Parts: sequence; structure tokens; C-alpha cells
Amino acid sequence: MNPELGNFALALACCMAAGQAILPLIGANRRDARLMALAPALAVGQMIALITAFACLIHAAITNDFSVQNVAANSAVSKPLLYKITGVWGNHEGSVLLWAMILSICGGAVALFGRNLPSALQARVIAVLGGVAAGFELFCLTTSNPFARVWPAPLDGQGMNPLLQDPGLAFHPPILYTGYVGFAVPFAFAIAALIEGRVDAAWGRWVRPWAVAAWCFLTCGIAMGSWWSYYVLGWGGYWFWDPVENASLIPWLTGTALVHSAIVVEKREALKIWTVLLAIGTFSFSLSGTFLVRSGILNSVHAFANDPARGVFILGLLALVIGGSLLLFAIRAPQLTTGGLFSPVSREGLLVLNNILLCSICAVVLTGTMYPPFMSLLFGKTISVGKPFFDATTIPLAIPLMVFMGFGPMVPWKRAQMWPVLRRLWWAACVALVALVVATFRMRDILAVLATATAVWVICSSIADVAERLRLFRQPLAQSWQRARSLPRAVFGAALAHAGVGIVVLGIAGMSQAAHRIVEVHVGESEMLAGDSWTLTDVHPAEGPNYSALVATIEVRHNGRLITTLHPSKRTFASQHQTTTEVAIHTNLLADIYGVLGDKHGDDANPTYVLRLHYNPLAPWMWLGGLIMAFGGALSLSDRRVRVGAPRRAKTVDVVVVQ
Amino acid sequence: MLSGMTRGSFDPHDIHAPALNRPVPDFALPDQAPGQGFSARDLRSLKSPVLVNYFASWCIPCVAEMPVLNALKERLPIWGIAYKDKPEHALGFVQRAGNPYARIAADRDGLAAIDWGVSGVPETFLIGPGGVIRWHTASPITETMITNTIMPLADSLKS
Amino acid sequence: MKTHPLRRYGVIALLACLLFAPFVAMAVDDPSEMLPDPAQEQRAEAIGSQLRCLVCQNESIEDSSADLARDLRHVVREHVAKGESNQQIMDWMVNRYGNFIRLRPPLTIGTLLLWVMPLLALCIGVGVAWWTFRRPRTATPTPLTDAERRRLSDLTETR
Repeated sequence: MNPELGNFALALACCMAAGQAILPLIGANRRDARLMALAPALAVGQMIALITAFACLIHAAITNDFSVQNVAANSAVSKPLLYKITGVWGNHEGSVLLWAMILSICGGAVALFGRNLPSALQARVIAVLGGVAAGFELFCLTTSNPFARVWPAPLDGQGMNPLLQDPGLAFHPPILYTGYVGFAVPFAFAIAALIEGRVDAAWGRWVRPWAVAAWCFLTCGIAMGSWWSYYVLGWGGYWFWDPVENASLIPWLTGTALVHSAIVVEKREALKIWTVLLAIGTFSFSLSGTFLVRSGILNSVHAFANDPARGVFILGLLALVIGGSLLLFAIRAPQLTTGGLFSPVSREGLLVLNNILLCSICAVVLTGTMYPPFMSLLFGKTISVGKPFFDATTIPLAIPLMVFMGFGPMVPWKRAQMWPVLRRLWWAACVALVALVVATFRMRDILAVLATATAVWVICSSIADVAERLRLFRQPLAQSWQRARSLPRAVFGAALAHAGVGIVVLGIAGMSQAAHRIVEVHVGESEMLAGDSWTLTDVHPAEGPNYSALVATIEVRHNGRLITTLHPSKRTFASQHQTTTEVAIHTNLLADIYGVLGDKHGDDANPTYVLRLHYNPLAPWMWLGGLIMAFGGALSLSDRRVRVGAPRRAKTVDVVVVQ
Repeated sequence: MLSGMTRGSFDPHDIHAPALNRPVPDFALPDQAPGQGFSARDLRSLKSPVLVNYFASWCIPCVAEMPVLNALKERLPIWGIAYKDKPEHALGFVQRAGNPYARIAADRDGLAAIDWGVSGVPETFLIGPGGVIRWHTASPITETMITNTIMPLADSLKS
Repeated sequence: MKTHPLRRYGVIALLACLLFAPFVAMAVDDPSEMLPDPAQEQRAEAIGSQLRCLVCQNESIEDSSADLARDLRHVVREHVAKGESNQQIMDWMVNRYGNFIRLRPPLTIGTLLLWVMPLLALCIGVGVAWWTFRRPRTATPTPLTDAERRRLSDLTETR
């Protein structure tokens, strides 16, 4: 019964989305208040319907309803409850439904939190979101229905890939998808602005919180994905430049550019056309990222290549959404007025530079990802584009980006002189120089040395920025405290996010110095790595809910003092005939001690075990930095100017519709 | 691209190993029961084309192509190479599937396969007279492949 | 010709193709495959990290646990121990597997666009920005519409 309810709710949501796409648009054009008022109602209705559908699917998974094909193919009675729930989005059909649900929640959020928007703008934004949602719900219903039944129902399901039975992966997809889908809101704002033919400071102010929110989720999602591969795959790799990873990095890069260029629109009414294009581009990349990758064109195992019908539908939908919005952009963009003037040396100028560099990196990643299939199609030659290429091309672009990032927040708007800025940053520059010298002696790779120095520069200059605004050490501390309390949170948010970037880059540079050894030992034997002695003291079997495991005990000592005891294990999942390695990681925030248990060799009386030992300096900083970046974004979202200021502003600058 | 993928003319997973129109690499592989092993010299001394097929008992698509190979063996000799397989497993596999191979060699450590540019199983090569690789696929052999490509090519190589 | 997407590595591929599973579970390698001389081992790792594991995602053979990657690692070490240069080993690999095996694609006519992209993108960006700055601007603001004018007077009166 429940799956049918879910199916019905999905179909209902699809109808509501179709209505949401058409009626408010007509209403906004005719200035019919009743039709426009339908927009929030339909958006909330669609959200409720999709949440219901999703709940039905989760219910089917929890109650082991194997007559639902999706559950039968991805779940099993013995699977722990957590993974029964998270397994719902661990497969194609479920993840498309999750995607659609998050999109409907975005629509609902615009309906509920966007009451301060002019009604015509709100109606159009919601209509655009509805149009996109209708397309994907139709995709869900016609080619990948998660509620499809199978008869006769199997007694037990096929179970889930053990690699996915991991708490990290449980929450990775929803967060990443929220990031992807969240950029639908800036996209909808951009389309609405193009329809209205008007972009102004108020538009910039409305669109920016949505972009920042989506950016925070995407940042978190990418960091989590990277962390997952770090501790699940068992050799300390954290980024592979796989098409799937690139697909999340590309919208992150343009999204970061968008978050910055929207500031210029808000503060200076400049870069308007560009910002609209970025909003369209970011969502287009998110869409292509989630779906093109899975269409099987790119050489990725994430693909559902076995069903070209899905691929055709998705490509059609992508062409419609992206092509349609770019066409609208081409027609309407020339009508948007260009705004405030500024000199190349100014905050705006640096933000333009930031956008140029971010988009160049994006172009490189995009070309690198798309080149192999096109090469194969056009010339019949296969090539690979991997880590050595991306390292060599993106890092030289990222380093100047970070150098300018240090100056950015300190440079005044409109017209600036570099000298006063430099004077305030001299100590940050000195620290960076020291870091450069130290790194030169300790690292072999020139890019790693430069990355370290620029990362230190970014962190120091963000501190310098905040210190400067607080007049720290130039005034009594009490006064600085007073200033800190009155300073907008967005300032702290920006400084934190920038420092976060520096921390991530330091982590990456540190990882280039990682050391590892593969050893084969008897129980009781010790090996040395990075000055620590690793002793395998015990190996014993253990039973889990749906697997049996072999657990090792490794004691790590430094100069005889016990640092940590690691328990890496190897799990065998009987239902899938698959083994997974469970890494044991000990971190002191400066370095990870990372142990993996490998194969057992020799006879049972006197076995030897293969161990893989890693010493990963600064590894945790990569994810810590990511979290700090996201937290910085969230902090600036909580700025009272966003919460309180916007409605007030909205009343006074109520957009006059120009048709 | 998608239409190419449905037709099979575009396979994003194909690696296009550059084996085409080259003589077979140097190798000499021992017998794999129930067949007799062979070496590069055997292939180079051939006067008529043969199909060389890499297979393994643990490979699912290999099972799928066995009936097709069995239907082909009357028209074109097929020589098999068991890739990284235990001799008894490979023997069992061939006996179960109905042996399509005129000769079978064992590549136990998979190093000969690397010389051939093989990246997985099944992988199949059409060897022309003189031991030159004339055609290659990394996909399981199908009926359409035989009628459209393999047999016309093999017939032209015979003359 | 219909291509079976799961043609290789039967069970492993089947599991790997499950939607989110990009990588086959790590199997720790045999330490005996490492070269005794640390300098040589380091060189082998450097070469290996430039070579793609053909059956995996963008992983190098040093990072992958797939069987083929293990064999290729072994081959690389054999060649290093024989004293061959990096270029010789790379050529040996490309000769067998084509440029697909190189994670850093070579600069050819075909990959020219790929390699100049960073510079090209930067130049286009700077060019567009420069052109926008230099373009003489119409400094005259667009006149207010009647509605805006009315609204402005409303606002100034209420203040």
C-alpha cells in the first residue's frame, strides 16, 4: 500500500510542479495577484508531497518490503537500520528522488522565507524552480521510478555494496545534493531577473544568501566525499580527479565566483550581466555534474550506461534547461544596464580578478574532464587526463588566486591605492616569506613549496584583516572588544572562509610529504615509520551484524611512549562475497597515524600479516579547513544585515516591474 | 555519443590498445588442459587466420560468449589463452562450456597478456597469416560481430 | 554490436558498477614486490604514479588494488631493476596500451587545446575584462520612468 501512496504523491508533486511552473508566470505577466499567490501555495504543496513520497520509500526500506524492486535490489533483512535508511539514496532511483525532494524543499524555502520579496519576483522564481522540478519528477516517474514493484517478491534483498555501509557516506549524498540543488535558487533568481529585465542592488542582496547557503553545503559535501575516500579506500588518497569529483568541483568553483560577484552587484551595482551568467552557469554545471556523469559518457563507474533511455531523457532535459536559459540570457542580457564604475585597482577590480582566476581553473577542470570522451569520439583515440595533468595546470592558477585573496578584503571599493594596503599586510607577508624559506628546505616539490607559502599568507592576511578592523593592539582591548561586537558577522565569516581555504591548502601541501610503508610481520614484531615504532600485538576474529571480521591491534610508540593503539580490521560480507578494509586512524590534528590490515600469509600455526602504515602530516586540516570555510559562510548568513536588513530594504526598493 | 553507445560504435570504456596491424608479441605459453600451448612462433608460421581469445573461469562475460565461440569454431579456428587462472578451474570451465578452442595456453602470471595490451577478459584478436594482428576487441564476441566483421575479414585474409 | 558494459573482471566490475562505488576495496599489496634499493623504489613509484590503472577510475597503478595494476607495478619494477630509463619504461607501456595509460597526456595536435586551456582561459578572462574597462561608457543614466518618478516623490515626501 505504502509504495503506491508514494508513487501517487510523486505523481501529484509532478502535477503541482507543472502548475507551479506555468500559472505564477502567467500571473506575474498579467499582474494577476491571485495567480501569483498560487506560487507559494503550490511550492509548499509540492514539497509536502515529495517529502511524503520520500518517507514512503524509507518506510518500504525499513519494513523490508522486497516487493519494491528498488528495495529488493539494494537492501537486505540483515542490514543495520541506519543503512536501510541511507541505502534509500545509495542507488540511482532513490538518489533522483532525493534530488527532486531537495529541489522542492528549496522551492518551499523560497515560498516561506521569501515573503519579503516583491510578489512578481517571488512568483517567477518559484515558477522557474517548479519548471525544473517538473522535469526531474517526470524523469523519476517515467524512467527511474523508485516505487516499481517486482513480482513475485524475493524473500530477501540483494543487499548493499559494503563500501557504502559507512556512516560517512550516509550523510554525504544529502549534503552534496543540497549544495548542487541549492544553486537552483540563484539560477531561478537569474531567470526571473532576465524575464523582468532588471538586476539591481536589491536583487544582489536577495540572491546572495541563497548562493552562500548552497555554497556552504557544497563545500561540506565535497569535504565529506574527500574524507570518505581517505578513510574508506585504505591508502590515504583523498582526491582522484575522477569525473565524479570534478563534477562537484566545477560548480563549486563557479559558485565561489558567484558568491563573490554577487557582492559587487549588491554593493556597487556592477558586474550584473556577469553575475546572472554565473548563476545560470553554476546551476547548469550542477545539473550536468549530477546527471551527465551518470549518463555513462564519461569513463566513470558511477555511470548507469546500461540504460540509454535514461541518458536520452536526461540529456534532453539538460539541453532544455541549460539551452533555454542561455537563450534567454542572450536575448535579455543586453537590456540589463551596466552599473557603477570602478578603477582596476579596487575591491571590485580584485573581485573581477578572483572571478577570472576561478573561472580559468573551472575551464581547465572542465576541459580535462570532457576531453577524453571527445577525443575518443572525434579522433578515435583514447587518452587519460589524471592527477599529474591537473596538478600541473590548476595549481599555477590557484597560487595567484590565493595571493590576491590576501589583499581582497582590505582594498577599498571603487578606487584604491596599493601602498596603504601593503603597509597593513607587511607582517603577513613576512610570515609567508619565512614559510617559503622553511618549506624550501623541507619539501622537494616547487608547487608544494609555493602552495605552503601562499596558504600561510592567506591565513595571516585574514587575521590581519580582522585585527585591523578591530584596531587590535592599537587601542585598549576593551575598545577592540566593543568594535568586535558591532562589526558585522559577515566580516568574520569572510575572514574565516578565507582562512579555511589556506588551511585546506596547507593540508594538501602537508599530504605531499606523507610517508608510507608496506610491511609483512608476525604478531609481536615491530616496524619503524616516520620515527614511530609500530608493533602488531594481536589479531583476532570478530562478528558484526552482517559480516565477519579480522581485527588487528597495532601499538604505535614514539621513543618508547605509547601514542595510540590502532584497531584496523578486514570485514568479509558473506551476502556480497566482498571484503572491505576498515582503516584505523589516530589523529593529533597535526598528523594522522593511519594503519591498514592486509592479507594473511603463511600457515595458520605461524601466520604473517601484511600491514600498510601511513604517516600523513596535516591531513586533518584538509577537512577541518573545509568545515571552517562552510562555517564562515554560515556565519555570514547569520549576519543581521541578511536577516533583518533585507525585509526593510525590500519595502523601500520594491522593484518596479519593467516590461 | 549515446546512439553510438547503444549501437556499440562508441564505447567510453574501450581503451583502443594500439595492437592493430602489428605482429603478435613474443611469448611462449605452456599447455592448458585439455589443449596444447602455443607461442608467437606458432602464430607467425600460420598460413590462414585464427582467432585468439583471452578468457578466465572467473569472468562472467566469458561464459556469455562461449556459445557464440562454439558456433564459430567450425568456420574459424579459435586458440584460447587462460588468463590468470588455476589450471583445474580453467579445465572445468572449458569442459562445462563445451570446448571451442583448437589449442589452449595458460598465461598464469598475466605477463604475456600485458605484452598483448590486454587489460581484462574477455579480449579477442584476429591473427592474419604471418602472425599479424588484424582486428581486436575488448568486448565479448557476438553473432553480429562475427557476421559483420570477423568472418568477412577472415575470408579476405585467407585469399 | 551490443556492448556489455560489465565485460571485464566479472564479479568485481559488477560490484563496482553499483551506483556510488567508484573503487574496489583496497587489498594491501605484497611488500615483497617493492624494490630493495630505496632510490630505485622511489623511481618506480614516480613512474607508477604516472600510469593509469586501466580498469579503474583515474587511479594510478601505485594507488590501485586491481590485479592488473599489481601486475603492471611488478613490470615497472622489473624494468627499473634492469636499469632502464623512465622514458624507456613509459614508451614500453605506451607501446602496449596506447596513450590511455598515461595520466598526463602527451602534447600532440589533438591535446593542444587541453594543454593551452589554462593560458587560453586566463587570456580570454583578462581580455574581456580589459575590453569592458576600456569601452567608453554611456555615462548618462537612463531617465526615470513616470512610475519611478512618482515613487521617488512619494518616498521623499514620507521622509
